[in-house]
Amino acid sequence: MSHHIVRFEKVEYEYPDGTKALKGIDFTITHGESVGIVGANGSGKTTLLMHLNGYILPTRGIINIGDLILNKQTRQEIRKKVGLVFQDPDDQLFMPTVYEDVAFGPLNMGFDSKTVDEKVKKALEIVNCYDLKDKPPHHLSGGQKRAVAIATVIAMEPDILAMDEPSSNLDPKSRRALINLLKSFTHTKIIASHDLDMILDVCDRCIVIKDGIVAADGPSSKILSDEQLLEENNLELPLRLQKF
Amino acid sequence: MKFDNEFFSLGYIDRLSYKETFIHNIDARVKLAISMMFIVCVVSFPKHVVLSLIPFFLFPVIFLTVGEIPLGFIVKRLVIVIPFVFFIAIFNPIFEKRVAFYIFNIPITYGILSFFSILIRFVLSVSMIILLVATTSFSGICYALRYFRVPEIFITQLLFLYRYIFVLSEEAMRMVRAKDMRSFGNKGTELKFYVKLTGTLLIRSILRAEKIYHAMLSRGFNGIMPYRKKRVFEKRDFLFLIVSMLFLYLFRFFDIIKFVGRIFVRGLS
Repeated sequence: MSHHIVRFEKVEYEYPDGTKALKGIDFTITHGESVGIVGANGSGKTTLLMHLNGYILPTRGIINIGDLILNKQTRQEIRKKVGLVFQDPDDQLFMPTVYEDVAFGPLNMGFDSKTVDEKVKKALEIVNCYDLKDKPPHHLSGGQKRAVAIATVIAMEPDILAMDEPSSNLDPKSRRALINLLKSFTHTKIIASHDLDMILDVCDRCIVIKDGIVAADGPSSKILSDEQLLEENNLELPLRLQKF
Repeated sequence: MKFDNEFFSLGYIDRLSYKETFIHNIDARVKLAISMMFIVCVVSFPKHVVLSLIPFFLFPVIFLTVGEIPLGFIVKRLVIVIPFVFFIAIFNPIFEKRVAFYIFNIPITYGILSFFSILIRFVLSVSMIILLVATTSFSGICYALRYFRVPEIFITQLLFLYRYIFVLSEEAMRMVRAKDMRSFGNKGTELKFYVKLTGTLLIRSILRAEKIYHAMLSRGFNGIMPYRKKRVFEKRDFLFLIVSMLFLYLFRFFDIIKFVGRIFVRGLS
């Protein structure tokens, strides 16, 4: 199954104001892998994620997603393969009811209303939110919003799930529920976060980004126990690995 | 904490619209159509008519009682707008001094009649619209507007307005709170603060809009808001529509007041 591969080759990105966010990123993620992307604030994690579904295109370098080279022509196709969950669920949930929000993607993909119904039901049941389907997003709690935001993406049945800080602003129980949910997915997962305990739980592999380049890439257990490397990147050992 | 209050009353009308009553469960298209016909009927009377408008209060009263909407809620909103209408109507009694009839020797001019006519029409139509919004979920209204072929772009605007007014006002509320906590009753710089607050909110909402657009693109948005056709008319929707239209017709084209009055008088004698 090589077709769900994500490969970045010397990817550079410069914002219109001249800020260089990515300065040559190289990595390959194969099918079914779950990868944590960590790094200090402003290291380029979010910029990297925005490349994954072609919202921004690299200034230099090549991004290969599922055997498609990312460019203006292929980005619609790539958006169907990569589901991106935003950090702020309020940005992600823009329709008046939960149901309509989850149905937004499938409807855009041109499915008939019966198929859409099924897809929405399935997606909401996976995140245990089917009861909320008629609620407006502003009546949901933070945890529910997050779960629904994930449902909106999995309703499109992407091959690759990319998430920006999925566990931020969640209470411990919602966070645990989210971790269990993420573990149950068989998609390729790319998760950018500062919650290193969650990364340790969910991801087998971890990529450290520093000033727009890959500073380290390896098994999570090894990278996240390297105290010196973490300190250099404004991070610290996951709580679970700290000695008191 | 005035801002907080405004924010929560905005949430209040929204919460009202999620109740489950007979009125709430009527199809939004029916309610929208009835409200529009109601307003057309009320507005289309000749300008000195007062009494014939009275029966129309039946509609807001039914929406209010069956829909379990608190009266105070409607009154408060009417009071806010009434000064504007008052000043529009106030010149009628001054300019139109022809006497229409006398009540206990007090001359009632056409100007006074049209003054009250305007006020009553205003109360009727505005309360009807407030009640429509308070008894119908916003997505229902948008669905109805789409059904009546209102251009897509307006509906999209409305949908986003409704979705983000809560997010934006919450943001503003947090900023006002943060300012209150550090201003220690210092009132001198209020205006300056609000100018800056507006600017900040504008920039924030532009940034947010960009993110939302990004979210829409990543879910395959191509310029047209998709929606599904699902809702069907039920028996009670038809019934409600027909009965309401019947009453509107009666109220508009027959002099109900005179009719009721005659029966009353006949009953007395």
